[in-house]
Amino acid sequence: MSTQATTEQKPAPPPIEKIKIKVDGRDIEVPKAMPDWQGKLQPTTMLQACQIAGIDVPHYCYHPKLPIAGNCRMCLVEFGTPAMGPDRKPVLNPDGTSKILRSVLPYEPSTPRGAIACATPISPGMEIYPNSPATKVMREAVLESLLINHPLDCPICDQAGECKLQEYSVDYGKAGSRFIEPKVHKPKAVDLGPRIVLDDERCILCTRCIRFTKDVVGDDKLGVVNRGSYNSIAAYPGTTFDNNYTLNTVDICPVGALTSKDFRFKMRVWFLKETKSLCTSCGTGCNTIVGSREEVMYRYEPRENDAVNSTWMCDSGRLNYKWVNREDRLSKVQGSKLKVQSQEKAWSVAIRDISEILRKAAAGSVAFVASARQTNEELYLLKKLATKSNAITDSVPRIGEGDRLLLNADRNPNSTGSRLIGISGEKMGSNLSKIAEGIRSGSIKTLIVFGEDVTKHGIGADLLAKLENLIVSDILPNATTAAAHYLLPGCAHVEKRGSFVNVKGRVQRFMQALQPKGNARAEWEFLHELVFNVTGQNGYVTIEGLFNQMSKEVPAFNGVSWAGLGDAGVTIQI
Amino acid sequence: MPEQYRLILKNIDQSGYTPDIECYLRHGGYEPLKKAFALTSKDLPEGKKQTPQEQIRQEVLNSGLRGRGGAGFSAGMKWSFVDRKSGKPIYLICNADESEPGTFKDRQIIHKDPHQLIEGMIISCFANDVKLAYIYIRGEFPQGAKILIKALAEARAKNFLGKNILGSGYDLEIYIHRGAGAYICGEETGLIESLEGKRAYPRIKPPYFPAILGLYMSPTIVNNVETLCHVKHIIEITGGAYAKLGTPNNTGTRIVSLSGQVKKPGYYEIEVGKVTIGELINHPNFGGGLLDGRTLKAVIPGGSSAKIFKAGEKFKLKKKSADGTMTEVETDMLDLPYDFDSLQAAGSMSGSSAIIVMDDSVDIVEALANLSEFYAHESCGQCTPCREGSLWMSKALHRMTHGHGRKQDADYLLNIAQNIQGRTICAFGEACSWPVLSFIKKFKDEFETKGAADEARQSSAGPTSDMKIAASPNH
Repeated sequence: MSTQATTEQKPAPPPIEKIKIKVDGRDIEVPKAMPDWQGKLQPTTMLQACQIAGIDVPHYCYHPKLPIAGNCRMCLVEFGTPAMGPDRKPVLNPDGTSKILRSVLPYEPSTPRGAIACATPISPGMEIYPNSPATKVMREAVLESLLINHPLDCPICDQAGECKLQEYSVDYGKAGSRFIEPKVHKPKAVDLGPRIVLDDERCILCTRCIRFTKDVVGDDKLGVVNRGSYNSIAAYPGTTFDNNYTLNTVDICPVGALTSKDFRFKMRVWFLKETKSLCTSCGTGCNTIVGSREEVMYRYEPRENDAVNSTWMCDSGRLNYKWVNREDRLSKVQGSKLKVQSQEKAWSVAIRDISEILRKAAAGSVAFVASARQTNEELYLLKKLATKSNAITDSVPRIGEGDRLLLNADRNPNSTGSRLIGISGEKMGSNLSKIAEGIRSGSIKTLIVFGEDVTKHGIGADLLAKLENLIVSDILPNATTAAAHYLLPGCAHVEKRGSFVNVKGRVQRFMQALQPKGNARAEWEFLHELVFNVTGQNGYVTIEGLFNQMSKEVPAFNGVSWAGLGDAGVTIQI
Repeated sequence: MPEQYRLILKNIDQSGYTPDIECYLRHGGYEPLKKAFALTSKDLPEGKKQTPQEQIRQEVLNSGLRGRGGAGFSAGMKWSFVDRKSGKPIYLICNADESEPGTFKDRQIIHKDPHQLIEGMIISCFANDVKLAYIYIRGEFPQGAKILIKALAEARAKNFLGKNILGSGYDLEIYIHRGAGAYICGEETGLIESLEGKRAYPRIKPPYFPAILGLYMSPTIVNNVETLCHVKHIIEITGGAYAKLGTPNNTGTRIVSLSGQVKKPGYYEIEVGKVTIGELINHPNFGGGLLDGRTLKAVIPGGSSAKIFKAGEKFKLKKKSADGTMTEVETDMLDLPYDFDSLQAAGSMSGSSAIIVMDDSVDIVEALANLSEFYAHESCGQCTPCREGSLWMSKALHRMTHGHGRKQDADYLLNIAQNIQGRTICAFGEACSWPVLSFIKKFKDEFETKGAADEARQSSAGPTSDMKIAASPNH
């Protein structure tokens, strides 16, 4: 792999001093300092040390990307520290080992005292007992406390199956309860904001949602009201929880308190197939997981990638998937010049006709408008076709308002790819007026459109009517598809594989979650056939091979391989 | 003969003594402050210099003064932990959020001698290079807040506050901040959060030790009202002289709030350790004994969260004999010297020095239910064991006091309380669990008798419908 392509852009950190400690009876060495939620080096905590030792410490309020609160107390662990003599030197046992003082309550030395692993720094010689009987008793007591006033309505709770209360109940819960007092009742189905419903009774008050909203988003909208056991999460009185990142609170809520209006009561989570994908709503390229069942997409969730989106995504991106399931998705090969009766033969006829058109086209008589929502592989193949007929090409710019967190002003997922591959120039869209002029003047006779409604971008229906050939591929009907002489149904990103380059030069790949609709095909598949027919160049017939071929030919990709992209992608110089 | 020693209360309640500054000045007020400002750098043997500020801090350390708010930690030590190299401003906060049930000493100072507190604060601020200090006063003290605001204005007018105080070149401003009525605001990090305008959720320690990361993430000193007043007297009479008051390691004087069923409840200032609990309750100079015809049942020695003493309880206390050897002396509860160390050795604490006396008319279950209700209401709810446990205990005790007790409730409550203490962010976990643990441990028979009686009555009457539900283990 090239030296310029790296998985992280950060320089290698200086070596950090190691400390020897014991976790669950095992000697390990851990760095003295580790990154905190903002990536700043801070003294390593007991929880991080246990993670290094491969031991899971149960927790609710701790989240690696949020400031530490220490309120749930689930991560309490028993520990010991080396005894120090009056000379400030360790006291030794007869066998020469350090004498360890187990931490006890100062006022009741017979009772072990736990420390919260999430916030307590380790020290040399410390012993952590994450599996000791005392630790277990502490966890059981915390879990019991969390459950006494919990409604235990798991059968109808959306969190069921991905709930930390359920998970730890298996480990530390009891079948019955000794709690015989009346439960605390709190607000149910609270309309917290346009996308969020809150069940205060399910809430365990870990404050992850508050910390995320305040410290990551910078919106001080959420807080706790009332006191003690009646504490409830609420939006500031008279306001609504409506920033563009609210749905992340549903992800980080360890229980079923915060639910997504879009997803609640739609699907049991254990039925969902999870596929690694990308958000296509802007140039950031947030990493996602697509949740689907039986060819229907139900939700996006953010997937952790510190080089791109940490563990978050914006609400507008997350909810921008409904079109995938739309009834009017294009699923047939059609067009006014397509002379074929059955869909079974439609692809071969259409590809044959289009190949013929492109082979015969005079240099300069063809133009391409290829969306910056198409994948690198598709744009690469389109570029090959364009080069053959010396065609003018461009993509359509999509500009919105960006924010300081994730949402980028560039609303295309692959503007960078389009530029690097040469479909668009430095200023995307600058060729669109030239294409319109070419059609008007009659010099452009064939227009190939992938994934855009050009009637909205300066090439109106009147101009389209002048064309000899209008070849269109899209996934939803629009004015351009309606005018197409050949209409090739393509795939949503969740129905194919491919890669995008985000605005910062991160090359990322996504996987296929759903089958294409009807007779639709992944664009790169049929483009590959067209390229072979028109240019005589053969190429790879797999997405892996195609990407690798492109990566060798297009200098910016620097030889990065599909496999080398991994789940987190690779940053290239752009 | 046990007597009061009125140092802080010297002028308070004297006829003609008023809270205004003129009266305070007539009684020698602000002279210790002038003395502090007059200090000059002192040469130390090793050729080092000791600044006036360091000298005051050393005096306070020498005095052995221990915090009067509840924990009894050395004030001089607390000051020594302050991070003076951070480059950030150092803040001082006077904790006037006196809310521990049974405690009413600070309010006497605030209402009747506010300038004593202000002078103590100015000296403490000067000693710690503090330029901005706050008095966090409990929301339920509206009158106290008014008095302090007036007193601060008076002090400002006389240039005891503000810029270039008394020509010393030292600037200080003190602001009043009123709480909104929450016990947890007396916890120093909860107080700091509240002062910052946030919900009074106590902070986790580590990393948020006030001396390093306190108010606005700057080094901060939080001292009790009475503690700060003592600083003034330490400067007046020197730390060495102050240390001769009281008993070793329990120096100085202390105001005791005496309440409950005694003839003369009230506040009494004593030399720490020079008077016993029994004397405080029974001596005519103090409580004057129980109400006629009553016998003592129990004493809570240090505010409602301190562990209760049962009448007749005996403790083995270590005592240093004349030859220097340590011997164990059996001591009756009433003969415990009222100080920090003896009460701790007896398994309780002097806390905020509030003695609550209970005679034989008190139903101990009712008394505990009352206390638990207070703690359930005051739990901030930040961390799980206290949030859920405090209300759980209160509900169980409410059930017991409403005829639905069970014999097993004593152990049930003990276990709930054990699951709170030592596992919470702040000491509220102890505050709410210690009463339960100590009441039940020492009066277990009363809890079990009550529970058994309820069970017997219910089984003869047949279970009521709500108890049927309540007893269902799967509910």
